[in-house]
Amino acid sequence: MVTEGASLPPSGLPGLDPRFSRILRVPGRGVDAGVSREWHHLDTGDELARLGIPTAGTILAVHGNPTWSYLWRSIVSESVRAAESGRPAWRVVAVDQLDMGFSERTGVHRPLHQRVSDLAAFTEALALEGPVVTLGHDWGGVVSLGWAVDHGTSLAGVMLLNTAIHHPEGVPIPAPLRLAGAWGVLAASTVGTTAFLDTTLALATPSLDRDVADAYRAPYRTAERRRAIGGFVADIPVDARHESFGELDRIAGAVARLDVPALMLWGPNDPIFSDRYLDDLADRLPHADVHRFEGASHLVAEDRPYADAVLTWLEDNGERLSGLAPSPPRAAASARRTSTGSPDGPPFVPLWRGLDERREDDSVAVVDMAPRGKSEPRRVSWRQLDDRVRKLAAGLHRMGVRKGQRVSLLVQPGPTLTAVVYACLRIGAVVVVADAGLGVKGLTRAVRGAWPHVVIGEALGLTAARTLGWPGLRISTARLPRVAAVALGVECSLADVIELGTGAPVPAPPGPGDEAAILFTSGSTGPAKGVVYRHGQLSALRDVLAAHFDVTSETGLVTGFAPFALLGPALGTRSVTPDMDVSAPRTLTASAVAAAVRESDARIVFLSPAAILNVVATADALTTTDRAALTHVRTFLSTGAPIGEQLLASAAALMPNATPHTPYGMTECLLVTDVTLDGIRAAAAAPDRGVCVGTPIGSNRVLVAALDADGRPTAAPSDEAGVLGELVVSAPHLKDHYDRLWLTDRAAENGTPSGNRGAAAGERWHRTGDVGHLDADGRVWVEGRLPHVIVTADGPVAPVGAEQDVEGVEGVRRAAVVGVGPHGLRQAVAVVETVPPTSRPGLATPELTAAVRASTALPLVAVLAVPQLPTDIRHNSKIDRSRVSMWAESTLAGGKTGAL
Amino acid sequence: MIVLVTGASGFLGRAVAAELVAAGHDVRAMQRRPSGAAGVTDILGSVTDPSLVERSVDGVEGVVHLAAKVSLAGDPREFRSVNVGGTRLLVEAAERAGASRFVQVSSPSVAHAGSALAGVGAERADPEHARGDYARTKAEAELLALDHDSDTLRVVAVRPHLVWGPGDTQLVDRIVDRARRGRLPLLDGGTALIDSTYVDNAATGIVAALHRAEEAHGNAYVITNGEPRPVGDLLVGICLAAGVAPPRWSIPAGVARAAGSAIERIWSIRPGSDEPPMTRFLAEQLSTAHWFDQRATRRDLDWTPTVSLDEGLRRLAAYAGTA
Repeated sequence: MVTEGASLPPSGLPGLDPRFSRILRVPGRGVDAGVSREWHHLDTGDELARLGIPTAGTILAVHGNPTWSYLWRSIVSESVRAAESGRPAWRVVAVDQLDMGFSERTGVHRPLHQRVSDLAAFTEALALEGPVVTLGHDWGGVVSLGWAVDHGTSLAGVMLLNTAIHHPEGVPIPAPLRLAGAWGVLAASTVGTTAFLDTTLALATPSLDRDVADAYRAPYRTAERRRAIGGFVADIPVDARHESFGELDRIAGAVARLDVPALMLWGPNDPIFSDRYLDDLADRLPHADVHRFEGASHLVAEDRPYADAVLTWLEDNGERLSGLAPSPPRAAASARRTSTGSPDGPPFVPLWRGLDERREDDSVAVVDMAPRGKSEPRRVSWRQLDDRVRKLAAGLHRMGVRKGQRVSLLVQPGPTLTAVVYACLRIGAVVVVADAGLGVKGLTRAVRGAWPHVVIGEALGLTAARTLGWPGLRISTARLPRVAAVALGVECSLADVIELGTGAPVPAPPGPGDEAAILFTSGSTGPAKGVVYRHGQLSALRDVLAAHFDVTSETGLVTGFAPFALLGPALGTRSVTPDMDVSAPRTLTASAVAAAVRESDARIVFLSPAAILNVVATADALTTTDRAALTHVRTFLSTGAPIGEQLLASAAALMPNATPHTPYGMTECLLVTDVTLDGIRAAAAAPDRGVCVGTPIGSNRVLVAALDADGRPTAAPSDEAGVLGELVVSAPHLKDHYDRLWLTDRAAENGTPSGNRGAAAGERWHRTGDVGHLDADGRVWVEGRLPHVIVTADGPVAPVGAEQDVEGVEGVRRAAVVGVGPHGLRQAVAVVETVPPTSRPGLATPELTAAVRASTALPLVAVLAVPQLPTDIRHNSKIDRSRVSMWAESTLAGGKTGAL
Repeated sequence: MIVLVTGASGFLGRAVAAELVAAGHDVRAMQRRPSGAAGVTDILGSVTDPSLVERSVDGVEGVVHLAAKVSLAGDPREFRSVNVGGTRLLVEAAERAGASRFVQVSSPSVAHAGSALAGVGAERADPEHARGDYARTKAEAELLALDHDSDTLRVVAVRPHLVWGPGDTQLVDRIVDRARRGRLPLLDGGTALIDSTYVDNAATGIVAALHRAEEAHGNAYVITNGEPRPVGDLLVGICLAAGVAPPRWSIPAGVARAAGSAIERIWSIRPGSDEPPMTRFLAEQLSTAHWFDQRATRRDLDWTPTVSLDEGLRRLAAYAGTA
């Protein structure tokens, strides 16, 4: 074995400041007892001392395999810059582990426990004192956690980039590592050649600049210098017989007892440290702040601005990390934004209370008008539903499904979905609802990101789960033939779960602060985000709905709109799913609505605009009996997307005694404001721009963060009328947070009263991403999405007002007003669908152009006509203005006029 | 102040001379033919004539230099001697004569080489990449003029883009003439966004540069109406105003560029009296976006256009109706 002392890195490596390189001689431990070893490391301590800046603490950064402290160059330099600009100063100490980077080549085999004690020896030699926040990546994550659990007195926090501390039994280790770990291949790929190194560096997305990749390779030029890379790979404990298994197990167990603040920044496209390991870590550190950088991979430190995130997090948690404030008890961190435990609020009434109360009732609770393969409606009584829910709950619990675990549901709305949802809620399992509106790709990304423990689905959904490699134990709704079950990887059916739960006890229920459900945003503005609701928030949603629309046990609901279809039992009233394909709202007919109303004598009908369009179109088929039934409806709601006054009025004409409402909301806050048809008509006379969505429901609040000249909502939210800005909302049923998107979550609250900690106790606020204004009567007007604001040289312009002007022009069916040109100098362009539709995209006719220009005060540089404007999948109504804008940009640059 | 305008017999030069007179200046105009501008003292001759140039700058405080060979084709040596040589003679003479302000009227084409321009400012002139003899020599001339900017002589370069209006023989007449002969195609559907300048706005902008030379010297500014339009809209608007049928056919820009290039080459061998129907330069101008960031121009020159595009088209129509 060749040994070689530590050395300094060559100069000129991009981004690495040579001033911070140090070599420290460290008395060895374990196999090194009696000898000392030279460590190369980066240390900003002297520089901060020279600048005379007192430090809040130290970040102890540990790289993985096969990288070196070069991985941490951004946090090294940016932390010093931050300190110089007056932000909290954190010293960074980033080591090259022994046999790695430019540290000594010891020639001695160093399994995990040796590496953990090596690091302890190093920090002792450095006389490192607390507070220390560890930062680790890859196997450096494990070593850093080993240090963390052994240094409780100086440990202030832990930060992790893609790593793993546990390997679940029975799961093969990731294929690329399995290959690298096979003995024959090991020597060849990790030591003899640079293949392992090259493969790792190639994971960077986008790929590394050549000189950066060369810098990573710098300490590993020869096979001798690469020997430890092989050692690390061989040190992956594939099973309990491995020499490092015990140490890994010890660390994994101790991590679950850590109560210091924790941050995890993750690249989900990592082929090795996949979401499986993130999920395991999140289970061990449930209070951790987690951010998954969509699209990033293993080298997340290269792929995304992690140093920014780290410094922001340190600043956010400054008092607790630097020891100025005592750590609140474990789990308090995750509940800090949650109002639901508030002792002043109304007492918590769980969602299943409505079921409990009617458990002896034989009247109908849930009806599916068209169960698959049957001609008669399927009716389930309160007694049956309660019984089903209890058995499923007990059965799932017996199968090992626990509070906080996630259950993904790929089931069409109806009595089965209702029973499963309430069973999950009852045991505290978190219901993950991702709908087909996300498209296959979006759905896959959503399900992978949420990392469910269990998937319950119909055959179609399970086929998708199998084909697309979704995680989770699979349960089928129907009993499948053995062969099919095996093919789909299905463990059992719901009937089996019920059987298992018969006579078994139902576990203790979750509380208001426990997570209840994850819904997904439509993904019309970037990848769909998981939105987490806690039990208290869902109960609040039920209560606000009941109070605002006056729902009692006798009301009865007809609903073809997913989240609301599930609330019937919680509201204690019967609910009916009409005969339709719920994933395709346009399949709903007027006759089907009438039949559902007749069946249940329902007083409230909930529909989406796409469904309403077809209901109105098929109204001719209504019989006299149908029409008579519809006269009983007293409230009619259009939800999910904006609806035109005309369409709402046409639908209202079919239900002459109903008041038509169209609430405004979003996945993050399903009910914000509400307006009736009369309200819309009254608003038409107002001079305001945009769509009037009415006034806030119940105790909800809506404020506006005014846009500055640059189009950014920088002002403090206010209730001043007539000011264009981002709508900022607060409601008791507002979402708790985004799932594993700590930075997004932070941004959604930043600058709001709760983000500034200026809010009343328990009050939570959310930036909607919608822009608009308030009027003097407190009505809210929506004028578009924040990213669609056109920042012209004269200031920001929201698109909806001008779109409404343009849509009033004869010959225009639908319009998008978008910007082209550089930010701050954008020019407005109208892109229209015409009547009759144009066959080819291009300039509108001179006559139409003149009419469109004359219709609005906004200067339009061009009017383009297209056969069809692109819309979102879920609602088929939200125009994708970002795409229209990019198309207009290229068309007006003089390129060929391609299809939109 | 006493101001010398060169090239005042041209469409824009005449408007500038008139604007200077209206502003109360004592205006001399030097060009080969009578300027036709009222209240102006004409000096007839070429900017390539050193003694004439020397004489014409005698006693002036300000110079506005518009005289240039403006053409899409022609003898490269002639472009150079008029555009570069003339500017050198004039700016050096102005310096010696103790003038304090010098406005070099240039063109946005001095800084750009055919790619789409959306909302750009006035970047430094770049003779190496400018397309064609006109743009190349104007680029050299602008750099040369700005090199003479000093504490005593304040030099400002202004670049009006696509100047048009009643009486314009360069742009409007050519468009109208070609449309009338059915030889005006829309390139790529005419969607390229083009900024243009109504002649009165170009004139007030140039005069503003003279007035604000103390604040704006050493810099170049693009001057436009700040109302970009798809080139199709603009051509149709001009045709309708002039009372001719607008273009009805569209050809791919690539074909036009190739054809333009070929024609340009043939033309340079056999120069004639007429322009080639479509040169490469024009093809690029009419098929790629050309619109500009006007914020610095409006701020530094303390100027805004007074005639909107629509109003300009109305005036054009009125002029065509009376012509």
